[in-house]
Order: sequence, then C-alpha cells, then structure tokens
Amino acid sequence: MTRFLWLLARNQLALMGGIVLVLVVLVCVLVPVLPLRPPDVTNTADRFLAPFSDGHLLGTDHLGRDLLSRLLWGTRLSLAVGFVAAIAAATLGSAIGIVAGYFGGRTDNIIMRGVDMLMAFPYILLALAIVAALGPGLLNALIAVAAVNIPFFARNIRGITVGIAHKEFVDAARLAGKGHLAILTTEILPNVIPVIVIAMSTTIGWMILETAGLSFLGLGSQPPQADLGSMLGEARAALITNPHTSVVPGVMIFVIVISINLLGDGVRDALDPRLRSGALSRPRPATNVRRESVPQGPGEGVLDIRELETQFHVGKRIYRAVNRVSLTIAPGECLGLIGESGSGKSVTALSVMGLVASPPGVITGGAAFHEGRDLIGAPYRDLRRLRGDRVAYIFQDPLSTLHPLIRVGEQLAEAIRVHHKVPRAELRRRAVELLGAVRIPNAESRVDSYPHEMSGGMRQRVAIAMALANEPEVIIADEPTTALDVTVQAQVLSLLDDLRRERGVAILFITHDFGVVAQMCDRVAVMYGGRIVEEAATADILNAPAHPYTKRLMDCVPELGGGRRKLDAIPGLPPAVDKLPPGCAFAPRCDKVREACRAAPVAMTRAGGRAVRCLYPETDIAKDPA
Amino acid sequence: MGGYILKRLVSAVPVLLGITVIVFLIMALIPGDPATAILGSYATPENVEKINRDLGLDKPAVARYFIWLGNMLTGDFGRSFSLNRPVLDEVLERFGATLVLAGTSFVICSVLGIVAGAVSAARQYGLADKAITFAVLIGISIPSFFLGMMMILAFAVERRWFPVSGMYAIYGGGDLPDLARHLAMPAVALAVVATGVIARLARSAMLEVLRLDFIRTARAKGVPERRVIWHHALKAAMVSIIPVLGIQAGFVLSGAVYIEIVFQWPGIGRMLVTAILQRDILLVQGGVVFVAACYVLFNIAVDVVQSLLDPRIKT
Repeated sequence: MTRFLWLLARNQLALMGGIVLVLVVLVCVLVPVLPLRPPDVTNTADRFLAPFSDGHLLGTDHLGRDLLSRLLWGTRLSLAVGFVAAIAAATLGSAIGIVAGYFGGRTDNIIMRGVDMLMAFPYILLALAIVAALGPGLLNALIAVAAVNIPFFARNIRGITVGIAHKEFVDAARLAGKGHLAILTTEILPNVIPVIVIAMSTTIGWMILETAGLSFLGLGSQPPQADLGSMLGEARAALITNPHTSVVPGVMIFVIVISINLLGDGVRDALDPRLRSGALSRPRPATNVRRESVPQGPGEGVLDIRELETQFHVGKRIYRAVNRVSLTIAPGECLGLIGESGSGKSVTALSVMGLVASPPGVITGGAAFHEGRDLIGAPYRDLRRLRGDRVAYIFQDPLSTLHPLIRVGEQLAEAIRVHHKVPRAELRRRAVELLGAVRIPNAESRVDSYPHEMSGGMRQRVAIAMALANEPEVIIADEPTTALDVTVQAQVLSLLDDLRRERGVAILFITHDFGVVAQMCDRVAVMYGGRIVEEAATADILNAPAHPYTKRLMDCVPELGGGRRKLDAIPGLPPAVDKLPPGCAFAPRCDKVREACRAAPVAMTRAGGRAVRCLYPETDIAKDPA
Repeated sequence: MGGYILKRLVSAVPVLLGITVIVFLIMALIPGDPATAILGSYATPENVEKINRDLGLDKPAVARYFIWLGNMLTGDFGRSFSLNRPVLDEVLERFGATLVLAGTSFVICSVLGIVAGAVSAARQYGLADKAITFAVLIGISIPSFFLGMMMILAFAVERRWFPVSGMYAIYGGGDLPDLARHLAMPAVALAVVATGVIARLARSAMLEVLRLDFIRTARAKGVPERRVIWHHALKAAMVSIIPVLGIQAGFVLSGAVYIEIVFQWPGIGRMLVTAILQRDILLVQGGVVFVAACYVLFNIAVDVVQSLLDPRIKT
C-alpha cells in the first residue's frame, strides 16, 4: 500500500490531479459555512454582471444570481450526484457480477444475457429512455446514469469472481459447511473489492459528466436548484452576449474531469506491474549502440564478429548478456553456436544486424565486419538495406515469427520487394518457386495460405524460404528447429544442410543441442555466461571436449543405441549475467574447480584450430592439436 | 462469408427482441397514466377511456407488448401526439440528420484516433508522443457540449468562419458545400472525446504489437520502418482496435444528442429530448428502439469487418 502511494505520488501529473481534486472536494464540503451570497436569490437589476465586479467575483447570471455561489453549490451537487451514482452502480453491478460469477451455469447465463442486452444499447440512449419513463429530475437522472453503468461493473466483477470461485480457499469454505451467502460475503467479496474500487475510480468521472449532460439537456436538476450541467444549459441562451456565464461552469466540469482522469491514470499505472519496469517500451528499428572501443577492420570471412559486447540496461541493473565475443565465419561454412538458454547466444546473433530489442538492449562494444564494413556502427538506412538481402535470419518459433494476418506468399514476396524492384506477377512466381525449393508440396496453392493454416514444420520451411529469398551470403539461424517435433526437426535440418551446400551460403547456427551440431556444423563455438568458452572443429570437440562445461553439455545428449548410460543434468543454474563472478563463470558448477579459477578472469588459450577458456581443461589442446 | 453474415444476423434476433422488451419494461414504469399526460388533468372520463382504448392500455401488459411488437414489425410505430404525424416518418427523417452528423464524426475519430495512436507508439516518449498524449488527455476530459459552445464562440461569433447552428442555411442553402459548412463544427466537437479514447487504445495496442516476434521478423527481412509500423504493426493492432471502434460508434451515435442541442441540429437526439419533455411516449419508444436496432446491425457490420481482417476467426 505504501509502495502504491509512493508510486502514485512519484507520478507528478497524478499528484497534481489528486491535489486539485482534494481542493475542489474540500471547498465543496465547506460551502455551507463559506461567506457566500445565497445561490438562488434573484436580482434582475444586476443581471449579467461581468466577472470581478463589485461583490460578485465571477459576476452574475441571467437572473442576477451570484455566479461564484452558484458554481460552488453546483459543484457540490454535481460531485455528490456523481459519487452516489458511482456507488450505486458499483454496488448493484458488483452484486450482480458476483452472483453470476459465483453460481455460474444457468444463473450466470441468464444474468449475462440480460447484461448483454443492456450493453447492446448505445450508452446515453438507455439513460434517455430511463429518464423518459421516470420523468425529468435530478434523482431520476442519477438513477438513469447509475443504471446505465451497472452492466460495466457486472461484467468486470463477474470475470474476476469466476477466477476466484474455484480457488482452494473457496472450496475449503464450502467443505467447512459455510452457506452461499457467508462464502460470498466473507471469501469472495474481500477479494474483489480492490477491483471494484479501481473500476469505480475510472468511471466516476464519466458519471459526473453524464449527470451533468442530462442536466444540460434539461432532464436533470430542475430550477432553481442547479448542478454544473444545468448551469451550463441555462447559460446557453446567453452564450453569445454573455459568454462568462457559460465558461464558468464549463471550465469547472473540465477541471474536475481532467483531475479525476489524471489521478485515475496514475492509479492504473501504479497498479500495473508491466509499466513499472518499463517493459512496455517498444523496440526501436535498430539496437542502440554506445561503444567505447571499436576494433579496426576489415575483418575476415563473410562475417567477422569481434569483441562484441551487448548489455541490457533495466533500471539500474546491467545484464552483460554478451561479453567480448569474437566469431569468424568463412564463406559457405556452418558455424555452430551452442549453449544453455540465457548464455547469450541469441543476443550475439541478434546484435549483428541490430535486432536486439532496444530499449533495454545496448551494444556497448565490438564490431561485426561484413565485406569490410562494420555493421554495428552502420546507420539504420544501410543496415536495413543489408538485412534480409545479404544477411538473413531464421527464428525459433515459426508461429509467432510469421505475421498472422498476412498470406505467406505475400510475406515471401515482401522480402524480395523491399530490396529489389520486381513486377507483381514475377514476385508471385518467385514466391511459388521458393516454397518449392524448401519442398513444400502444392506450392502453387500454398502461397495463398495464412500461417495458422500450416503445420509447424511447414511454417519453418516458409521462414527458411524467406531467408533464402534474396540469396544472402550469411544466414543466422536462431534455434530454427527447437520448436519442432523430432521427425520434423530432422527433415528441416537436412533441408537446411542441402540448401547450404547447393547455394554455398554460410550459416551461423544457434542451438542448445549437440546432436544438431554434429549433423550440421563444420565448426562449433560453446558459449557460457556471455562468453565463448571453447571453439573447435566439430569432430575435434565431439571426440575430445576441452572445457568441462562442454563435456557436461555433451553428456546431456542421449545417444540412440548407445546403451544404458546415466544422462547427467548439469548441477546448479546458469549464472545471472547481472552478477557474474570475477573469475570463470562456470566455476560454481564445475567439479574440477580450484582456487585460481575463481580469482581472476580466465583468458582464451589457442592452439591450432582450437581454443579453450579454462585453466585445467579436460583435454590439453596443445598436445592434441587439430 | 455470406453464411457468416447470415449467422450473425440470426444471432442478432434475440438481442433485438431483448431491446424491445427492455424498452417496453422501462416505459411500463411510467408513473401516472399516459392519457392524463396527453389530455391534461381536466380531461373527461370518456375521453380518457377513448385514449386508453386507442393506445391499447385497457389490455394486459403481455398482450400490449405483442401488439406493439407486431405493429412495429409491420412498420407501424404509432402516431406522435405532439407532432401529430406517424412516429416512423419522424424518426426516419431525424435519424437521417443524425446519421450525417454521427457518421462524419465516426470517420473523423476513427482515422484521427488510429493515426495519432500509431504515431504516438512509433515515437514513444518522443516529442510527438508527449504532445499527442497531452492533447488526448485534454480531449477526453472536455465535455462535448461545452466544447461545442466554445467552438461557436471562437469560430462562428468571433471569427465568422462557420454558421452558428442548423444543418442548412435558411435561405439559398441546401447544397453539399452548405451542408459541409454547417457540419464542420458539430462533427468535430462530437468526435473529440472518441478520438482521444481511440488514440489511447491504438497507442497501447501498437505498443503491444511492436514487441511481438513477427515485427522482429519484418525488420530482419529489411522492411523499411515506415512499412513495419503502418503495415505490419497496424494491421495486427487493428484486431484489438476494431471492437473499440464499435463501442465508440455507440458513444458517438448517442452522444450526438448534446451536440444536436448545442448546434440546433435537427437530429434524433434533439427529437428525443423534446419528446421526453413533452411526455410523447410513443415517439420516445419508437426512436429508442429504432436507434438501438441500427446500432446492433452496425455492430454486426463491425464483426464482419473484423472477420475479413483476421482470417483466424472461423467464418
């Protein structure tokens, strides 16, 4: 609660709204004891006095009544009516919602049908109908406005109640022999009250506005009694000659409603945990780059990642997701990047083309050279031109990575069209051709399918086709088969392997599965806690892993026909990258750990084509060179 | 698609019947008897009886409901005593005027609201976002009737850009430019609140969508950012924006009553207020049922549009 109030107070606009509202309410409470002129005494000699005239701070209206006095009395009335209407609607609506949600079944069905019927009316129309039946008058307007808002509460509270009605504590109360009424009032109600209060705070502004509206139409408060709405309604006749009589009540309504809205927004923001961490920030078109040091080019191979550092800045915490990672991919080569989830392998891959969600991602160092150019520092325009054209991506879950509302053929065609001018008919032909190339049967008809009409394997083939569309030099495949079942996985892998060999495209293949590495990759780099811990040709690493982590990772893979062998999970958890230890990140989980491992960062040892970041490796790579 | 529309129309029948029942029940609450309301307190008993017979008030409520419903289905909404003309004729004529006003407003608030929301999301925390958020806050807090009055002062009295009120000029008007000149201020005044509500929702819907994986895919393909926002993100966000457009249409349609009063627009809202004050119950009943029914049909159209946009909805 204190935290909530603190969050609310920190929101300056909400605080401002709150203060204004409190002031208005305070003045309204004090109205009877304030030295005001009587609000209803007419004095036609002093009609339409301008504001700031003698004795009338805000002037007088068409009957010579003091506007300040009428304004404050009117505000008092409007607030009271709005508040009572909100309480009435909240009480009745919530009662209906709780009953419907708790009893469920037929009771629920009948009640909610009725609520739906009420909601089928355009809002104000229903209020008009009720006032028409009851006759004009402030009380009737209040009833109408409350009644119109009942469905809103009933529906919201029913939803919450349905969620609570089957919780254990309610079942327990029932088994303990409590009656329905007792359960409703002692178990359910306390749990829905906060929701009711929030719903009320967001609707009370509306209700004040709506009752003012009905009074404005002459259907609410009747003369001489006046709320803000009827003051405005009466002043309308003199709008052109004496606008101040309209402006005074109008501005007051505006001030009340805007401060309620500000406060309501603040309450909502303070209660919504997603907004607190800033998680609702939208990612920018390219990752933010703030590098302190930039390695010099031109780099080797088709893609040369050097000393890459990517961090996530969340509040005051810094997560070092990628920590000085260097990788080189030769033309046509398939390099595997393997590690547990959270090791930083995906972030490494996404950093290359500036696709790390930003905020909170920031690239703080390093470079990625492609044809002599550093992609990390490249302006968005250049980056966009290369994305999907020279360097393409395949992502993990093909259901969420394809646009759900666009036909796959169009999505394929778009991949080409944003880079090359191709006539429409030709685009479609190319899309069909690409679908054929990834072995999708009936490609001709499948181009018009939506993603949800395809199977997971099929969708991933579409994603592969999309990556191939412009014949890129490098494809970065981020766990492309993880979301697929095993047989489909094998098909997709062999397809990728064939395409790579046919077209000579280089692949950076990210996975957590050594089985997949063995099948696909020429070389493999092992990543742990944001660093590369071992790198070697696939065969070497499979035969003789050097880093203890690599060894443990390989022990996790079951072998078909490998006999009975204990499958070892690695004890402990991967490190939290905002609290990395000073020494080897794997040390806490390593069974060969010694004092030196924890003391200082471990450097990469290189020998031949192999490299390992370990003081006491499983295999001496210098003696056993590749 | 035709099947889907038919299915939705059939499912609307109970809702429409429910609307007539609710209106009938509300009207049955009326204290006192309508005959006195029509004839005044000094009516002779014979005349009261005659009126009651004419209105069918001597029959039980259930029978009265079905007679009323049956008459409406054959296009007979009764006769307005205050105007002395068939209710349906008056309702149709007035509803046409409201439709022009509310329709224009609906187009304004949909287009402006969605564009503002999308721009706001695309430039989150930027200058445009802050300006739009601020304008939206003002917009949703200002009562439309007050805004309308201030617009009259500013743009019809101070500067004579637009006529003060009415739908057509009394002399020599009646053509389209004349209508447009009269329509401009009321349509804008009516649209402001709804624009704000839609812009808010569109902003948060866009922010939700912009974080999704397929947006990253589009960017990875090299789709220009402008197209990512206005094609990929907006298309997906529309799925959650469209239902709100349906709700806001209801607000615009019924909120037109205030604007019609302020700008002397000869619409159905103003007709209803007058009818309520004169206790012309048949006219109120007919008008309310007619507008509510139109709104139900409009919402079916919204559902159909939604199903066209989202192929995942089973049609």
